[in-house]
Amino acid sequence: MKKNWHSALLFSYALAVVAFLYLPLMILSLYSFNDSRINAVWTGFTLKWYASLSHNTRVLEALTNSLIIAGISTTISTLLGTFTALALNKYQYKHKNFINGLVYLPILIPEIVMGLSLLVLFSQMSIALGKNTLILAHITFCISFVIITVGARLEGRRTDLEEAAGDLYATPFQTFRYITFPLILPGIIAGALIAFTLSIDDFIISFFVAGPNSTTLPLYIYAMVKRGISPEINALSTCLMCATVSLVVISQILQPSNFSNKKKH
Amino acid sequence: MKNGKLLVAPAIVWLIIFFAIPMLMVVAVSFATRTPYGQVIFKFTLGNYVRFLEPLYLKIFASTLVTAVVTTVFTFLMGYPVAYAIAKLPKKWQQPGLIVVMIPFWINFLIRSYAWVIILRSQGVVNTILLKLGLITQPLSLLYNDYAVTLGMIYALLPFMVLPIYVSIEQLDKRLLEAASDLGASPLVAFQKITLPLTMPGIAAGSILVFISSLGMFVVPDVMGGAKSALIGNLIQNQFLSARDWPFGSALSIVLAILALVLIMLYYRVLQQQKGGQKHEEKLA
Amino acid sequence: MEEMIRLENITKKFDDNIIIPKINLTIYDGEFVTLLGPSGCGKTTLLRMIAGLETPTTGKVYIDNEDVTALAPYKRNVNMVFQNYALFPHMTVRENIRFGLLMKKVPREEQDQRIDQVLYLTQLEKLQDRLPQQMSGGQQQRVAIARALVNNPKVLLLDEPLGALDYKLRKKMQLELKNLQHGLGLTFIYVTHDQEEALTMSDRVIIINAGRIEQDDAPNKLYNEPASTFVANFVGESNFFTEENSPTIVIRPEKINLRPEEVDETKLPEGQAPSKYFGTVVDLVFCGNIDKVYVRLDNNNQIVMTYQYFDDVKRWQIDDRVGIWWFDKDEVKVNA
Repeated sequence: MKKNWHSALLFSYALAVVAFLYLPLMILSLYSFNDSRINAVWTGFTLKWYASLSHNTRVLEALTNSLIIAGISTTISTLLGTFTALALNKYQYKHKNFINGLVYLPILIPEIVMGLSLLVLFSQMSIALGKNTLILAHITFCISFVIITVGARLEGRRTDLEEAAGDLYATPFQTFRYITFPLILPGIIAGALIAFTLSIDDFIISFFVAGPNSTTLPLYIYAMVKRGISPEINALSTCLMCATVSLVVISQILQPSNFSNKKKH
Repeated sequence: MKNGKLLVAPAIVWLIIFFAIPMLMVVAVSFATRTPYGQVIFKFTLGNYVRFLEPLYLKIFASTLVTAVVTTVFTFLMGYPVAYAIAKLPKKWQQPGLIVVMIPFWINFLIRSYAWVIILRSQGVVNTILLKLGLITQPLSLLYNDYAVTLGMIYALLPFMVLPIYVSIEQLDKRLLEAASDLGASPLVAFQKITLPLTMPGIAAGSILVFISSLGMFVVPDVMGGAKSALIGNLIQNQFLSARDWPFGSALSIVLAILALVLIMLYYRVLQQQKGGQKHEEKLA
Repeated sequence: MEEMIRLENITKKFDDNIIIPKINLTIYDGEFVTLLGPSGCGKTTLLRMIAGLETPTTGKVYIDNEDVTALAPYKRNVNMVFQNYALFPHMTVRENIRFGLLMKKVPREEQDQRIDQVLYLTQLEKLQDRLPQQMSGGQQQRVAIARALVNNPKVLLLDEPLGALDYKLRKKMQLELKNLQHGLGLTFIYVTHDQEEALTMSDRVIIINAGRIEQDDAPNKLYNEPASTFVANFVGESNFFTEENSPTIVIRPEKINLRPEEVDETKLPEGQAPSKYFGTVVDLVFCGNIDKVYVRLDNNNQIVMTYQYFDDVKRWQIDDRVGIWWFDKDEVKVNA
């Protein structure tokens, strides 16, 4: 009996916090359908802000940029990251601490520091800021996430399956192709999705390394916010949120119980 | 397969070029001088770091630290129960529950801060409702102050606290709680004496994550705090964009980075000690 | 008998731990040999060396008179049934079984033929399209065996394959494995820590203790003529009688007999021997088909164990005073 009201209290509190997390976002989305330009008063349901977005060439340009940059960054960082995760898992390295540090630091260091360090690099090397610098920057912060995501998947994999494959005449390459790779593929895809999400959503680092003609969606939203409140911002933000949420959900579905795996070991 | 080892190389080389070297450059620039025209010349000086010790800047630094501490405390108070609640869900619902809490984490700070702007501004949701209900006659100035910024930070960083704590709680051996209960401990006492201490690693991890992220934030103060609320993040952003004082900005970033690294190393050290303690116990058992 | 496997002067070190000091071992074609020993004795390591999954620190491994020491597992013609089966979770039963044939590039038609054969042999025909996770432990066990056998290996290596099964199923599988080996005429090398299992199935049992061979014999010899106290202790149950400067005497419980203390030892019936010791019954343990009777000896308080059967005429109780006797020929003398 005591347990029941304890639990009830706990869960209602938790629910309240979750509501706190989602309410602002839902309000944001809600008002993207508001007819009134001056946000808070509800004057009617409309899709006109979304319509005007789809005709806004600058938004479309920013969207295209974001997608291209995310696409290229994801591909390259997933390739590099996966190879690294595989190598780190299989071999012993003399400079393991150095390598681990290099992999984890980009995640632990405040993004602002990473962003401006790249700005310094590009300016010292006289590289003009633009789509290319954005891609280079995005790859940099995505690699670490891919390494960690794929690495976690590799940790939980079963080496006895690979031994069995060897016992059944598979060469090391065949073992990788038929056994290891199919089993870690979900992890790789999850890593790629995380990289894509991070890239699409990135603001801080992009802020420092974007050029005048290479705006991404988040940067465009920032510019709009600086100019003043407008429901178009709501609409654009809602679109970006939906994309992010879908990507995250898919990537999580592909990563079954990443925590219980660790527990078993 | 010797050449297999080389698979690490591309990513490592990449990170060296685009992460390690830029960091070193920032260190170099932090000791450089700024010409009146905003150019950087490599004349060694400690002036940028000295300048950081001026009262104006120390005040900003202190302000940033205070905000970070407050944010950490509040995210802990709000986050722990949520993590606990998720851990108490039936196994099937734990991962979905976690995803639900983590989704806002993936939506960028900008959009999340903007959402609060819509709610808190003078023509925003809160004021409109209060005015309509007749509870106030003039719109409240809820935005563009330190409280708003802190609120924004808590909102932005809450998921960072929940995840590590959840992992810690989930790994807790439930039988320990059963044993405590068998020995006469009430649920509250068991929580205090067993759960809380044993989930310390998760709490520490979450706190470090939140604290360090909070230090480097400039989006939230920028969007929700306006010109008045300047934290280190804004200061740095300013140096690199409007003020064009890269050396000073670099010095500030290095201070920030070192602070972050020190905290991380402290945490790592404590974690190792704890692990060592556990291993020792296992050996005795 | 032709030689099939030979381990020559094998030693194995892990970091600074010497797992196997030095072993020489030969296994012949068509034998069912079991490596038996307690956990950590090195038996699995030896098996894995034959498979190629471990390399010896020094020494050579010969399979069918060919030096395979440097050969990787996928180049050897032996197959292993792993302890937890190691079935590929993303492949069906049929695909799992096909794997080895696929790697060896056996023609497709022949693949299917051989798979069908082995499915019939292991009674898995109805389950061939299932995934491993959809099957019981016993079924997974048979898939692991099928997957290995389909390749017609010269030697089949089995690493404690029945450990995860319940008692009844284990007994059934032991019989099935024995029949399989006999019917196919293959060489089986089996690893287990269960001495009952080893005695049931094997032509020959090699007892290993801390990386050394304690005894290498047929099961009945091991049981009736243990070479050391370790073997006597590990295989079956024993009573030990030690005296300074003499070899230890080992006597099996079923060879010990009890008679009431009051019996006049001068008028013993035919076929009985005089009591060697006297003592008191201190415990009776019910074990289903038998009782274990524990007797404390008068002279030195040693506890001796023997059996009583449900159809014995005389049933002992605690506190009964007894004489303990056995025939000298049933004694085994070992040198500790």
